[in-house]
Amino acid sequence: MNAVRLLSRKPWIWSFAATVLVWIVTVLFTGGASSVGLSQAALTFAAFSVIVGLGQMFVITLGPGNIDLSVPATMTLAGTIALKLMDVQNGMILPGLLVAVFLGVVVGIGNYGLIKILRIPPIIATLSMSFIVQSTAIWANRGLRIKPPELLASFTTSGFLGIPNVAIVAFLLSVAAWLLLEKTIYGRWISAIGQSTFAARMTGIPVDGTRFVTYVLCAVLAAICGYLLASFSGGAALNMGSEYLLMSIAVVVIGGTAVAGGDSNVPGIWGASLFMFLVVSMLNTYGFGAGVRLILTGLIIIAVILVAGGRKMIR
Amino acid sequence: MMRISSDTIRLAIPALSLAVLLAAVFYMQPRAMSYTGLNLLFNLAVPIALATIAQMLIMAVNDLDLSMGTFVSFSACVAATFLQSSPALGILILAGAIAAYAAIGVVIYVRELPSIVVTLGMSFVWGGLAVLLLPSPGGEAPGWARWLMTSKPPFVPMAIVVSVVLAIATHFLVMRSSFGVLIRGVGGNARSVERAGWSVVAVRAGTFALAGFFAVLSGIALVGLTTSADANIALRYTLLSIAGVILGGGEFVGGRISPVGAVIGALTLTLAGSFLSFMRISPDWQIGAQGAILIVVLALRLALNRLEKREKNR
Amino acid sequence: MREEVVAARGIKVRFGAVRALDGADLAIHAGECVGLVGHNGAGKSTIVNVINGGLAPHEGTVSYGGTPGHGIAAARERGVRCVFQELSLCPNLTVVENARIMHDGLAGWNWRKRAFDLIKAKLDEIFPGHGIDCDSTIDDLSIAERQMVEIAISFAGAGEGPRLVILDEPTSSLDAGLAGQLMAYVRRFVASGGSILLISHILGEILSTSDRIVVMKDGKVVADRSAGEFKIRSLVEAMGSVVREQSPKRSGAARTGPAVLSMPPRKGHGLPFEAYRGEIVGLAGLGGHGQTEALLELYLSKSGNWLPRRSRPLAFVAGDRSLNGTFPLWSILRNLSIASLGDLSRRSFVDQGREDAVGESWKKRIEIRTPDMGNRILSLSGGNQQKVLFARALATSAATVLMDDPMRGVDVGTKQEVYDILRGEAKNGRTFIWYSTEMDEISLCDRVYVFREGAIVAELSGEEISEKNVLAASFAGEGE
Repeated sequence: MNAVRLLSRKPWIWSFAATVLVWIVTVLFTGGASSVGLSQAALTFAAFSVIVGLGQMFVITLGPGNIDLSVPATMTLAGTIALKLMDVQNGMILPGLLVAVFLGVVVGIGNYGLIKILRIPPIIATLSMSFIVQSTAIWANRGLRIKPPELLASFTTSGFLGIPNVAIVAFLLSVAAWLLLEKTIYGRWISAIGQSTFAARMTGIPVDGTRFVTYVLCAVLAAICGYLLASFSGGAALNMGSEYLLMSIAVVVIGGTAVAGGDSNVPGIWGASLFMFLVVSMLNTYGFGAGVRLILTGLIIIAVILVAGGRKMIR
Repeated sequence: MMRISSDTIRLAIPALSLAVLLAAVFYMQPRAMSYTGLNLLFNLAVPIALATIAQMLIMAVNDLDLSMGTFVSFSACVAATFLQSSPALGILILAGAIAAYAAIGVVIYVRELPSIVVTLGMSFVWGGLAVLLLPSPGGEAPGWARWLMTSKPPFVPMAIVVSVVLAIATHFLVMRSSFGVLIRGVGGNARSVERAGWSVVAVRAGTFALAGFFAVLSGIALVGLTTSADANIALRYTLLSIAGVILGGGEFVGGRISPVGAVIGALTLTLAGSFLSFMRISPDWQIGAQGAILIVVLALRLALNRLEKREKNR
Repeated sequence: MREEVVAARGIKVRFGAVRALDGADLAIHAGECVGLVGHNGAGKSTIVNVINGGLAPHEGTVSYGGTPGHGIAAARERGVRCVFQELSLCPNLTVVENARIMHDGLAGWNWRKRAFDLIKAKLDEIFPGHGIDCDSTIDDLSIAERQMVEIAISFAGAGEGPRLVILDEPTSSLDAGLAGQLMAYVRRFVASGGSILLISHILGEILSTSDRIVVMKDGKVVADRSAGEFKIRSLVEAMGSVVREQSPKRSGAARTGPAVLSMPPRKGHGLPFEAYRGEIVGLAGLGGHGQTEALLELYLSKSGNWLPRRSRPLAFVAGDRSLNGTFPLWSILRNLSIASLGDLSRRSFVDQGREDAVGESWKKRIEIRTPDMGNRILSLSGGNQQKVLFARALATSAATVLMDDPMRGVDVGTKQEVYDILRGEAKNGRTFIWYSTEMDEISLCDRVYVFREGAIVAELSGEEISEKNVLAASFAGEGE
């Protein structure tokens, strides 16, 4: 009884409950035949949402107004440039990854530079930055679709003991993020900044340094995600990041992270990512058209936040 | 001693940004300094300005509407289909959409939900409805909307006339009227408004409905310009409208907004778009240049802000 | 017996397990000023909220003018107005627009002009010579001016005037001159038949202004007598705290070594600022004359905003808890330890055991009244939250502590406890820079700088520190 109450206090439990429900409904429709395939697909696609979602979560934790809209452009740029550099050679896999990370660092520095130097809200700074990054990606891509190196392609599309490799990568990154948030000084600092930036400043927290690192971290995670996604889908496409803008925000919030800042939640991102993928595939399974699918997706997001938000008020 | 109020300064900065950008355009392309040139430059300003006003109202009560683009698209689709073929039904649908906006405003407040997520969800809903209405580009603009948007008044192009009227009307509505005071009061300190005996729920419902109304007008104006609609016609309006409010001196929280500034911000953004096609910038870099212009304008605003602060301290 | 304006009888209010009010009675009649005193957590704010309709009691009845009713609307209809402890104006609106929100009677055509006249007249009446422009935005006003505006709006009557005005710590941001003006107005208001419920920690103010004083303790009214029957000592005894003789015990530290902190003359004139090891340096003067700005400048000039540092030279204790002090989502322990995490961690991983140990030791040392340091900070009363903020600063290795009027609205007992801690810490070599609006606190300092219009105009030390000298320096140069 006590365990149930303790568990129901965790904000992330709701996204997992919804995920299990949708999974069951979908599997029932196909008569159980698809359960393994569906689970693997869900883990694979959720992994990408989780990686960008983690970065977005760090940024959102910094408090109201903090958001990174350059995530899709960063993914595209990192995927494009990394694949171009690797040029189908297996030996270039690691340099490719390093270049992707480096691009993430550059975009992160640019983002926070704009926020700080121009003193503009992050939403506008990262939006302006994303325009420039996207243009660079278009320029670099030139309509050519370069395949990923053989080894990298097979790594991202295969699994270990039935669990997709990308999901394992996302899990390891999640564990690192959880440790960072819950156990380190840095985690305390971003939570404090998210609750009250001025109070954080007056307790001696290096506010600018912390926020800077957070924006860089978010861009780096987006770049890693772009690198993996481009390799997974057999090449970089210019619109490959577009759906991850809304997705990265949605998984963070549905996962129970406070939009007002200061309170973040790593497990919830997994629940929300799996849930978002399963909802779409469930509606596909039932043969709905694009319009109905969109409407139902939207209504489900609102329903989830209504249930989760209502619970928050009792606390 | 004459003291300049902070509201006036809030306005002066966006106005100056617009003037500088306009001067740059005229310098590079002197032919733009004509009726036709201005008409071309500000062609798409009216729907963007209307959407920016709608976004500004939402931001006045400390929320953010991420569904603005899809909602304007949806309104445009309704305008190009039902409003054109059976006006009564079209009006009913749009009125229903406005009521839905009011309801969202109430739900966000009563359940203490983050507006970003709720409107994110609503953006899927409006997008889905738009796809159901017009699965492929089509429809036809109502004759009156087409006439209104393409009419050519003497001396000044229609887009500028409408923008000025819009700026003045919304200024009186938001900055001078009692209801406007309440809207901004809820943004500034909702608790004290409540303690004074007002219903914050009603004020927010009214504000969201008003925003929905302006967004509907934006959709109709857009269809009047483009003659047909599709489900993705105005997706970029979400970000454009937010950028317009910020360029116009508005802030994300605290009810600090300026309707005249928002209209000027929308004009600045429109001008930036036209400016790029004027300059014949390679399509590869067009989006990037738009970002760069946004940055330059904001840098300008910062510089002016600094200057003003130094004046004040002296 | 005069007409009853408001009466609350047998009120019981519970917040979870806490009994905020346990059968409290309070009646206020026309033409009297009632002083309400008690420690933090005695239930003063709660009974105010019950009277103004913001809170529905679990038991008991509230009646206005003899007829029962409840809710904000009912209270306002009967002319009950409230000036809250935390400022409750809309900061983004002008003075006039705030008046419009507070007064429904201003509806209709040309309301701006009418609201302007109304507020201007009231401000002139209460605070002659105030110099506030009624068309300026609240943001552009100082805290004292905001408080004056709020008081004027509450006393103003569009249509029907107020019958009962509740003043909750109305002078907390006002200097002595303005507070005097307000108290004089309160007397005039009462003489014309209005009623006032006055809550203040400044007992002298309560004694000199009220007709009747009500003392609350643990959610009950424990004394209710005419003001003439109380003296400060008997009032404090009724509140239930032990009066300690306030003999200013100066540490008498001689200036040793070089100054630990110094600042050139501010605004290009006046005296430079210096502080030495083990000193308690007071910043005095009228409220809002640049003391807070000086503290912030000192603090920000010594603390980096980009790179983390292992040890910091300064710690800061905020005056406005809710604005720049507490982290509301966190436990008491996390609020306490945040400033000293560098000493409590290994390779930037926080050592849970050491953090707990530090929390426990400070809990004992400054008597934070909570069963569990893991409880949320907001579960504490205001005074205890302030103690946590003190502990946060003292737990660091910082040699100097800056304090921005941190005792505002803290009860007498807590104050005494904190004063003792300060003296002890100063003896151990810590330096304190203390901005305070209360003379009692200024007289505890070793040395005092008096501020006027942003600059330091006088330095007092030892026996020179007296209310008379501080006031003289605060007003020096007036009328030049």
